[in-house]
Amino acid sequence: MTKTTYSRRRVLKTSAVAGTGLMLPTYLRAQESGFTNAPQGDTVTIGFNVPQTGPYAEEGLDELRAQELAVEHLNGGGDGGMLNTFSQKNLDGTGIMGKRVEFVTGDTQTKSDVARASAQSMIQKDGCIMINGGSSSGVAVAVQGLCQEAGVIFMAGLTHSNDTTGKDRKANGFRHFFNGYMSGAALAPVLQNAYGSDRRAYHLTADYTWGWTQQESIAAATEALGWETVQDVRTPVGAGDFSSYIAPVLNSGADVLVLNHYGGDMVNSLTQAVQFGLKDKQVNGKNFEIIVPLYSELMAKGAGSNIEGVFGSMNWNWQLQDEGTQAFVRSFGEKYGFPPSNAAHTCYVQTLLYADAVTRAGSFNPCAVVEALEDFEFDGMGNGPTLYRGADHQCFKDVLVMRGVAGSGNANMVGYDTLELVEQTPRAQVEYEPDHPMFAGGSLGECNPGA
Amino acid sequence: MLGLTSRDFTLFAIVCALTLLAPIILNPFPTGSALGASFNAGYPALMQRFAIFGILVVGFNILFGLTGYLSFGHAAFLGVGSYAAVWMFKLLSYNIVPAIVLSIIVAGLFSVVIGYVSLRRSGIYFSILTLAFAQMCYALAYSVFTPLTNGETGLQVYTSDPQVLMSPGDPVVPHLFGLQMNTAEVVRVGPWTWTFEVGYYLCAIMLIAAFYLSIRIFRSPFGMMLRAIKSNQTRMNYTGLNSRPYTLAAFIISGMYAGLAGGLLAAMDPLTGAERMYWTASGEIVVMAILGGVGTLIGPVVGSGIIKYLENIVSKINENILHQWFAALPDGLENVLIGVVHPFVGEGWHLTLGLLFMVVVIFLPGGLVEGGQRVGAMFSRKSRNASGVEADAAAQNPNTPAE
Repeated sequence: MTKTTYSRRRVLKTSAVAGTGLMLPTYLRAQESGFTNAPQGDTVTIGFNVPQTGPYAEEGLDELRAQELAVEHLNGGGDGGMLNTFSQKNLDGTGIMGKRVEFVTGDTQTKSDVARASAQSMIQKDGCIMINGGSSSGVAVAVQGLCQEAGVIFMAGLTHSNDTTGKDRKANGFRHFFNGYMSGAALAPVLQNAYGSDRRAYHLTADYTWGWTQQESIAAATEALGWETVQDVRTPVGAGDFSSYIAPVLNSGADVLVLNHYGGDMVNSLTQAVQFGLKDKQVNGKNFEIIVPLYSELMAKGAGSNIEGVFGSMNWNWQLQDEGTQAFVRSFGEKYGFPPSNAAHTCYVQTLLYADAVTRAGSFNPCAVVEALEDFEFDGMGNGPTLYRGADHQCFKDVLVMRGVAGSGNANMVGYDTLELVEQTPRAQVEYEPDHPMFAGGSLGECNPGA
Repeated sequence: MLGLTSRDFTLFAIVCALTLLAPIILNPFPTGSALGASFNAGYPALMQRFAIFGILVVGFNILFGLTGYLSFGHAAFLGVGSYAAVWMFKLLSYNIVPAIVLSIIVAGLFSVVIGYVSLRRSGIYFSILTLAFAQMCYALAYSVFTPLTNGETGLQVYTSDPQVLMSPGDPVVPHLFGLQMNTAEVVRVGPWTWTFEVGYYLCAIMLIAAFYLSIRIFRSPFGMMLRAIKSNQTRMNYTGLNSRPYTLAAFIISGMYAGLAGGLLAAMDPLTGAERMYWTASGEIVVMAILGGVGTLIGPVVGSGIIKYLENIVSKINENILHQWFAALPDGLENVLIGVVHPFVGEGWHLTLGLLFMVVVIFLPGGLVEGGQRVGAMFSRKSRNASGVEADAAAQNPNTPAE
């Protein structure tokens, strides 16, 4: 038997030297590319950060379906959807710049903290170059700030607050969805035709950035018609029971109730308002009316027949007849068996727009992508001619005014056929200056490539 | 060494090594491999949370583990700490020193007030009082104090904020006298990638300091007094001793730990929201402490680490990933296996946590630390009572109800 003569000190010494020797040649900084998470190899990873639990979960899950479809189309699967109708023809089904698109998903739970943790994990662990999705403006603003700091692109999903591209706008963040101001501008003429110019409105408002700015926008637009805003009551998000907020409406002398609520909250508050008999009431000699400024198919589905006669606005609807819409609805319907919601549409389009911008820029560098998207005009994505304005990274396009109707009675189509298109408000009517008072106070800052 | 007994020093050295080498230890699988994509936890944002929640629960353990007073509102201190820190960023500059100092002070003040009132009762009444206070703080932050907290949207820093101490060239992310928190050194060794980030190491050093302080408190006469309160407060009172100053001191110390954790959370990510104070967040702290081992030194660190790991890693395992794992199996078996595993991963991680918690509470009342000791004892030739570094605290009061 041989006797081992290694002392502990010698073993330690040797292994330390060997370790350093091994490390030196492989030691290199990751920043060689000049920006965060430059794609390595033949794939590129993007992150879909959507609420899969919580009050806005329905929207989030539908966004996820559309995002998966977008990835499939970018990688050449399926029938190509809107790639065939998009006015830019750079995307040919070979991924982005020849790199296969992969994705990771995260659950925001509709909470800013959780959403940021999830986005951080996507950026730091999974190496995502772009974050897309979300269904709350509070979360969108939070994640947009994070992406700005980290140096990746944020393609916002469903976020309707003026602040996202107003006070909280960021150079690395882009919003395809419309906003509260646009809803107000589109709804006002329709409301005037339907309900006249002498009305008293009572607002119930979700107590966060989206509710605040939408309430402000709707109040301003309706007051310009001559309406009076009786009261604005803030309600907590996810309250569940709104009866204590609705009871006072009956005695307030108001003849219109504006529900600045979204998702599960809107379903609850509208249902309870109808149960309180508000829709059958007569006040000031007029029929009592309810308005839901921001509509979605999934909310309409939840609210069922309660939405009959209720006006609202949408970014896009599957019933539109243009080529892009039809192509998207067809491939979504074939894959999942029902039409897409407008949240799904916006996330799908955002993913394609990002892929196209990278291709046109010829680089994944966020700053090059920002440059390619700024003041970018495109068509064929379901909204008609659309502009991504460079001054605030907001998309400008037609806005749809919708009204709840009885529908065909098909239980699977509730929400999808119970909303009827009343008017397609032209883009010119909903445009505003980047420094409009409702949007002032923010600045894009410099684009940040990270690293 | 460092005023610690040799056993405590060993434990302290282990914690130091684990925290300082975390970027390597938590990335055991090569980057890019399937296992690495699913199970590696060594990215800065998560490591920061490991350290920060470690601090929080170590502090909570000083109150709950030593005095037996179960505070069900500890998240409130975390929340006010975060708000204080973000306000410092908004008013002064992105330097984290004033932010963290103020967050500790503010959380301390809150705990004086809440502790003074709540500690007039013990047992379940104390828990309910702290819960009520925490929910009150949450409701105030969520809607009443909207100008101060920005409500549901959450408080964040805007370029239009005063930031009086900020000069034009200063970094616009949290920094320690110019050393930015998000500066990271990425080292690649073979297929592994390790990220050493300034922010994480700040948290790690804070955790080590917090842990050291907690050992000293555990071993001090003050700690002995707190344990006496836990074992029989009535008897303490009959001997003529006023126990309330001791419990209040423990409550404040533990509140300040939570404030430090809140300040660090904001320093790593300059944004805060009311949901940090929600009662489920307080409940999570209690679960972390019990899971790891109440009254033990290292238990809180273990418990918070496990929960944060489940929350951030296991919750990410979705159906697609399961399909990848079991792809080699025949179709029928694959679907059965996925059907069995799926409820426990992804959104179902709460279920896994619930089961783990039940198992621990039923079979290992001393938490996972007790489990570790039992395993250690099984392999140790020495007698059982000499086996664990941790045994003393748990063993001293085997009959104390966890009130």
